Amino acid sequence: MFKSFSLEPSRIALNLAVLFIVALWTFPTAGLLLSSLRDKNDIAASGWWTALASADVSKKGRLKGMADQVQKDGKYTVSGNLLEGAEAVSGKISAFGTKVQNPTANAAGATATLENGQTLQVNADGSYLFTAPAALTEDSAGRVFYVASQPPRFTSENYQTVLFSEGIGRSFINSLTVTIPATIIPILIAAFAAYALAWMKLPFRGLIIAIIVGLLVVPLQMSLIPLLKLYNAAGTFMGVPSKTYLGVWLAHTGFGLPFAIYLLRSYIAGLPKDLIESAQIDGANDFKIFRRVVLPLCFPALASFAIFQFLWVWNDLLVAIVFLGSGPDQLVLTGKLNALLGSRGGNWEILTASAFVTIIVPLTVFFSLQRYFVRGLLAGSVKGG
Amino acid sequence: MTAQIIYAFVTVLLGVGGCFGYFYGSNWLLDRTFPANANNDASAVRNLRIQGNIRPWLFLGPALLLLSVYLIFPVIQTFWLSFHDRAGDQFVGLANYKWAFSDDQFRLSIFNNILWLAVVPALCTLMGLIIAVLTDRLWWGNLAKSLIFMPLAISFVGASVIWKFVYDYRGEGQQQIGILNAIVTYFGGDPQVWIALPFWNNFFLMVILVWIQTGFATVILAAALRGIPEDTLEAATIDGAGPFKIFFRIMVPQIYGTILVVWTTITVLVLKIFDIVLTMTNSQWNTSVLANLMFDWMFRGGGDFGRGAAIAIVIMVAVLPIMIWNIRQANAEQKGH
Amino acid sequence: MANIKLTNVNKSYGLVSIIKDVSLDIKSGEFIVFVGPSGCGKSTLLRSISGLDQVTSGTLEIDNAVVNDVPPSKRGIAMVFQSYALYPHMSVFENIGFALENQGLPRAEIKRKVEAVGEMLQLTSYLARLPKALSGGQRQRVAIGRAIVRGAKVFLFDEPLSNLDAALRVQMRMEIAKLKRDLPNTTMIYVTHDQVEAMTMADRIVVLQAGKVMQVGTPMELYENPNSVFVAGFIGSPKMNFITGKPADKLKAKTIGVRPEHFEFSKTATDISGTLDYTEILGSDSFLYVSTPTGMLTVREPGRTQYKTGQKLNLKPIAEHVHRFGENDTRII
Repeated sequence: MFKSFSLEPSRIALNLAVLFIVALWTFPTAGLLLSSLRDKNDIAASGWWTALASADVSKKGRLKGMADQVQKDGKYTVSGNLLEGAEAVSGKISAFGTKVQNPTANAAGATATLENGQTLQVNADGSYLFTAPAALTEDSAGRVFYVASQPPRFTSENYQTVLFSEGIGRSFINSLTVTIPATIIPILIAAFAAYALAWMKLPFRGLIIAIIVGLLVVPLQMSLIPLLKLYNAAGTFMGVPSKTYLGVWLAHTGFGLPFAIYLLRSYIAGLPKDLIESAQIDGANDFKIFRRVVLPLCFPALASFAIFQFLWVWNDLLVAIVFLGSGPDQLVLTGKLNALLGSRGGNWEILTASAFVTIIVPLTVFFSLQRYFVRGLLAGSVKGG
Repeated sequence: MTAQIIYAFVTVLLGVGGCFGYFYGSNWLLDRTFPANANNDASAVRNLRIQGNIRPWLFLGPALLLLSVYLIFPVIQTFWLSFHDRAGDQFVGLANYKWAFSDDQFRLSIFNNILWLAVVPALCTLMGLIIAVLTDRLWWGNLAKSLIFMPLAISFVGASVIWKFVYDYRGEGQQQIGILNAIVTYFGGDPQVWIALPFWNNFFLMVILVWIQTGFATVILAAALRGIPEDTLEAATIDGAGPFKIFFRIMVPQIYGTILVVWTTITVLVLKIFDIVLTMTNSQWNTSVLANLMFDWMFRGGGDFGRGAAIAIVIMVAVLPIMIWNIRQANAEQKGH
Repeated sequence: MANIKLTNVNKSYGLVSIIKDVSLDIKSGEFIVFVGPSGCGKSTLLRSISGLDQVTSGTLEIDNAVVNDVPPSKRGIAMVFQSYALYPHMSVFENIGFALENQGLPRAEIKRKVEAVGEMLQLTSYLARLPKALSGGQRQRVAIGRAIVRGAKVFLFDEPLSNLDAALRVQMRMEIAKLKRDLPNTTMIYVTHDQVEAMTMADRIVVLQAGKVMQVGTPMELYENPNSVFVAGFIGSPKMNFITGKPADKLKAKTIGVRPEHFEFSKTATDISGTLDYTEILGSDSFLYVSTPTGMLTVREPGRTQYKTGQKLNLKPIAEHVHRFGENDTRII
């Protein structure tokens, strides 16, 4: 758009600026994703941004003791390796010490002189040699504090935990059971209503449209108490539980309708008038015009509203808490996550993995269908969308 | 698990099927009861007219019913409750409103709401505009916009986990795992409990909404920028205008309407802001906003429906003028083209 | 076979009156053109006949039956829209067959009828295509095909050629004229603002202005005997010259009208003298714009003119082609 952007230095600056903003926007989510793949001790021990690099981790180890001592040249020695298992292959010790206050007192490979004429040498590969003038009498020759560099470690353990033992998997299915009908039903109802309000002759049309648009301002929270009372009364009256899937579908439908009708009506009303009239002359009744002409043509608007509603229902916490029970067969993902936030507030490995499970579906839906999503947004606010 | 999946599948099928069934069934019944297939027969013409009078209500019926139950009835009920005492028995006139405007917590909430209103819509729109302009001619501009748009797909609960992680606080001397404190300590500062810092914590909550909503502003403003006729920009270049002059004098005036729509849309959203405060601070540390205050009075310890209802009405009245203006604007735009 | 009769038809939207007291008698099989400037109500009148708009008062008869309250699909009419109104998501076949499908005809019969129409309009090889894959002229033919296939008694055309370019317009004009010949029993009403289309296609022209019928007649009647200044000015291109003042007074008229081709040049000074301002040479004709005391006059001369810009010209109307109009702008007989 700007001619000056084609100049090289400003072009680079532009790219860098956008890169910076994008990084700023994706950083928080990236942190969540990376953390959810880390070992639970690591999450609490170091920032997630260190996860990709080899990290220097302060560790402590215990030297072997009298059972392993060897007498040689009048001295007693103990040798072994501080690094075990996988660590032994890739780990690398940079410094060590015997006091917790100063774990980096000696460089790797150096020999430290300890109290009572004892010495300790720790090498980079973890092997150590401990010497003492007198025989050891304890199980361990003492503690060693050292700094080891550790390669990045990732694990799917957190996901296994949340999916199977924390009940997230179950909630996932509950969320789908809520979301799919709560997306399709309002589309259908709103599309019919939108067509009627756009093209059919009926009294009070303007008034109905005005009321529906006015309902866009109602804060959802205020409907909860009256509806809860109504649900309880209806449940008692009909002898059924008041918290049912049907109840939550209808609630989501009711709350989603004003926006759905507003969006779809403006799209359907924008279809060419000639087309509808031509179908009328061709002898099609309104049901047929709706099915054969309007529905296929307003597919973009339907798709975008579907994505909206899907995201909204999937991400909703409040409506689900109020209208659906909190038993394992009804608690939805956001509710589960919220409960975990309360009960497992400090367990970042559970929270990060659970949070990522809850956002993976909306993100997939969003990225695969964002073309329609954007188009729908535009239909509401910019001409010609 | 399989049993539950099957149960879920059947439930979904029943719910969706029932909805389809209603529309097909009712219309089939109408066509059956008043047949209009015979050509030019007087009764067919009459039946067609009867159909024309009934069918709109078949189309609109479910929507009107659901809107009445789920929105209109609660609004009326709330209005009624706002003039009654805590249990909804005694008429108390304007007492709840009088209470509200003299209550410290309510004043604080109003103040916070105004703070949100002043900051979030402006910041989102500004960021959106800047990003839209910057990405407009970038080959990876669409990718950049998608990534910035992405938070819109994340739930408030999910977002609050993400941001709690960003704001996480560990005692001084410990290694910080929240990135904000890590940066602060890296530059030699002291780590802070960000969400408990009085007054400033509001801004840390606002950042979350800005993070979520900027993508929305970006996408809409980018589309509006695309709609600007290229010739006007070229003409301005020929007239010797620099990039900033082109931006402020040529581009912004042409998308002014869209900027206002974005601004007001986010404003309405901010007035109803609830989830972020609930999940991040639960209204503690003076972060309460109106919707949360209402929620607390209705569901929590207070249990005073009258006061909760009065707050709800205040929110609605505050949103209404902006909404009306917004719709007028949108309609005018539609008529103009 | 269907005649159409309008008696004192009025149409208004709220307080705005669009059609004012229109009465018309259209014979069966006639090709009628409604013509007038934009906003004259010609499209509204057509839509009232189709049933898409309801008349406010008066009666509307098709085939001797009052159809005021009959919905469009039961009036036995077909309509070709300005935008063609093809269903963009249906193939040509489905577009043409949609009306038959709505009548509940069996599939085989629909196929037979649609294919017959496709052949008649040379659309056979395009039946499976979507409208967007067709050229402008082909789309126009599909729109006509939709009308033909139903065997409607009345065809209504709402400015069907205004979206086409000049060359295609001429071709489609001929195709519609051919259609009229092929369907002699179908009554056709054609709305246009283009007087050339009106002149070339119509059996009779209805000239409308501000919701009123100004004149009804064959093209030549309107050309030779316009009953008002409005009709005289509207029919014919370039426009008729209107002269007031002394030349009109002499003929006991308020205004006299002379078509550009009905002037002679005189060697001696006449009542209408002026200087040649500007010439347009088209090859077959030349148009001379002459500035006179009564205003700018247009003169048509066959071939190439020998007059030069700035030259003084003396004009003389050919007496038998002078139209005289009185005080209220109507023709003096």
